[in-house]
Amino acid sequence: MTQFIIRRLIQLIPVLIGVTILVFSLMHLTPGNPAVIMAGESAPEATVKAIEARLGLDKPIHIQYFNFISNAVQLDFGNSIRDNIPVFDHIKARFFTTLELSVWAIIFGVFFGLLIGIISAVRRYSLLDVSLMVVALFGLSMPNFWLGLMLIQYFALELRIFKPTGWGSLEQNVLPIITLGTASAAIIARMTRSSMLDVIDQDYIRTARAKGVKERVVIFRHALKNALIPVVTIVGIQFGGLLAGAVLTESVFAINGLGRLIIDSILQRDFPVVQGAILVISVSFVLVNLIVDISYRMLNKRVDLN
Amino acid sequence: MKTEINQENILEINDLRTSFFVGKNEVKAVDGVTFQVPKGKTLGIVGESGSGKSITSLSILRLIDEPGKIVGGSINFKGEDLTKVSMSRMRQIRGNEISMIFQEPMTSLNPVYTIGQQLREAFKIHQGLGKKEGTKRAIEMLELVGIPSPDKRVNQYPFELSGGMRQRVMIAMALACKPELLIADEPTTALDVTIQAQILELIKELQEEIGMSVIMITHDLGVVAETCDYVAVMYAGNIVEYADVETLFEDPKHPYTVGLLNSLPRHDIEQDELIPIKGNVPAPDEMPTGCRFAPRCPHASEICKTHPELTETKDGNDVRCWIYTPDWDKEEVSVYDK
Repeated sequence: MTQFIIRRLIQLIPVLIGVTILVFSLMHLTPGNPAVIMAGESAPEATVKAIEARLGLDKPIHIQYFNFISNAVQLDFGNSIRDNIPVFDHIKARFFTTLELSVWAIIFGVFFGLLIGIISAVRRYSLLDVSLMVVALFGLSMPNFWLGLMLIQYFALELRIFKPTGWGSLEQNVLPIITLGTASAAIIARMTRSSMLDVIDQDYIRTARAKGVKERVVIFRHALKNALIPVVTIVGIQFGGLLAGAVLTESVFAINGLGRLIIDSILQRDFPVVQGAILVISVSFVLVNLIVDISYRMLNKRVDLN
Repeated sequence: MKTEINQENILEINDLRTSFFVGKNEVKAVDGVTFQVPKGKTLGIVGESGSGKSITSLSILRLIDEPGKIVGGSINFKGEDLTKVSMSRMRQIRGNEISMIFQEPMTSLNPVYTIGQQLREAFKIHQGLGKKEGTKRAIEMLELVGIPSPDKRVNQYPFELSGGMRQRVMIAMALACKPELLIADEPTTALDVTIQAQILELIKELQEEIGMSVIMITHDLGVVAETCDYVAVMYAGNIVEYADVETLFEDPKHPYTVGLLNSLPRHDIEQDELIPIKGNVPAPDEMPTGCRFAPRCPHASEICKTHPELTETKDGNDVRCWIYTPDWDKEEVSVYDK
C-alpha cells in the first residue's frame, strides 16, 4: 500500500507539469500583449515596457516558465496587479473558505445520497423508491444558482431561519452547503441505488443469507461495500467539481471564496491572481483524485492500478 | 411411501407450492411437491432447467426473493414447520442446522472479503466465536476440505482462488457449524470433470464424518448414481417419480424418467443409440392442464388430459402417471400428435 501511494505520488509529477504549462499559457494565449492589456490600449510605450520587465515578460518564454515554476513551488505567484499584495495572500484567505464549503457540500451529498440510495434500493419499485428518485431527478436537474435563490427567498427572507449572505456562522453556512451539495446528493443517490440493486441480486448475497446473516448486516456489510466501489469514483469526481464549481454558489451567497476571487480577477485582468488561483484549484483536484484512487483500492482488492 | 416406514426422516415436505407473481399472473414454479429426506441419507432431486428443483431447495431455507412466495404446504424439519417459524428462528437454522452450497462457486463468495472473514462470520453468528478462535476454526475447516496451505489461503480473497478451490471454500463454509442437512444445488455443474469427482467424493466423506443428510440437486444422472440413496425426478414443478436409486436406474417407470435414462450414455447396459426426449419443458404460462409431460410423452392418451396423482407401484417406485393406475386403457390411441 505504501509502495502504491509513493508510486502514485511520482506519477503526479508529469500531471502537475502539464497543469502548470496550461496555467502558464493562459497569459500567453490571451490575444494581444498581456502588458498592453494591463496597461490599457492608450498607455505610453514606456509603461508597457515597465510592466513587461516587472512581470519578466521581456525574457525568453522557457525562462519565464522556469521562473514561474520555481516561484510557484515556493508558493510565490507574484503580486496582484490591482493592489500589489502577494497573490498567495489573496488565495490563502479564500482557499479555506472554498475548501470548507466544498467539503461540507460533499459530506452533505454523500450522507443524503447514500441514505436515499440505500432506502430506494431496499424498497425497490415501491412508492417510496419512486418518490425518492423523482426528488433526486429534480435535485439533479435544478441549476444550483436557482436553488440558491429559492432557498434564500424562502428560508432567509420569508422564514428568516438562515442568513442570506456570507460564510462563517451556522446560520450563514446551511443554505450554501445545501445549494452546492444537492446535485451531488442526487447523483450519488441514483448511483448508489443502481449499484445496490446490482449487488443485491448477486449470488454472494444469497450465500450470506443462507449463512444466517441478519438482513441489516446483509445490506450494510455484504452489499454496501461492493456497491460503494463505483460510488467512490463518482464522489471523487463530484468533489473535484464542487471545488471548481463553487463559483456560482459563492456568487449567489456573496461568499468570499476562491471562485469569486477568480471571477473578480478575470474581470479586472489581474493575471497573476487568476494563474495562482487556477493552479491551486487544479492541484487540489489532482490530489482529490489521488485520494479517490487510494480509497478505491482499499475497497476493491482486485484493482491493481499499476 | 416406503421411507416413512423404516426410517426416521430429518425433513418432510408436504404439498409445497411456491409461485412467482408477475403482475396479476401467478407462475407456479413448484406445484405440490412432497418428499422426505431420511436421516443420514442422500436424496437426489433430478430435473431439467426450469423443473423447479432449485426453487424447491431455496424454499426450504425460505430464500425465495420477491416476487416469489411460498403459497402453500409445509416443510417439516425436526418437528418444526419452516414455513411458519419466525425470521429470527429461520436465521438460526440457516448455516447452522441446514446449510446450502450453490451452483456458481465463481460468484457465490463475496469478492471484497477474505476467505477467512467469510468463514469466521458463520462461527460468529452461530457459535459466538471471536476473531482469533474463528480464524483457527476457519483454518481447520479449510484443511478439512483439502485446501493446501490453509493458513495462507485464509487471508486471501476469492479472486485469488480457482473455481474448484472456491467450491471447497463454499463447502467449508456450509459445513462450518456441522449442519444436520446439507442442500447442494448443482455443486459440480460449473466445475471441470476431474474436479467434479473430487468435490462429490469430498461431500460424501464429510457426510459420513458428520453424519448429516444431503439433498443433492442436479440435472446429471451420473451424479445421482454416484452419490444418492433416493431420487426424486422433477418435471415442470411436480415430482413425477420417487424411488431408491437402484430401483430407479434398473426399473424406471415414468415415461420422463425413461426418456432421461435413454438420453444418457451408459456403460452398464448395451445401447445402440441415444434417444432424446422430443420437445421442450412447457413455459410456466403454457402449462398443460392434465399431465404436464403428456405433450412430449410417447404414450399419452385421452386420460392424460386429467392431472395424475403420485401413486405407489408394486415395485416400490412412486409414479405420477396414468399408465400405472387401474384406469389406464391400453387400447386407446394417443390423442396427442407424435
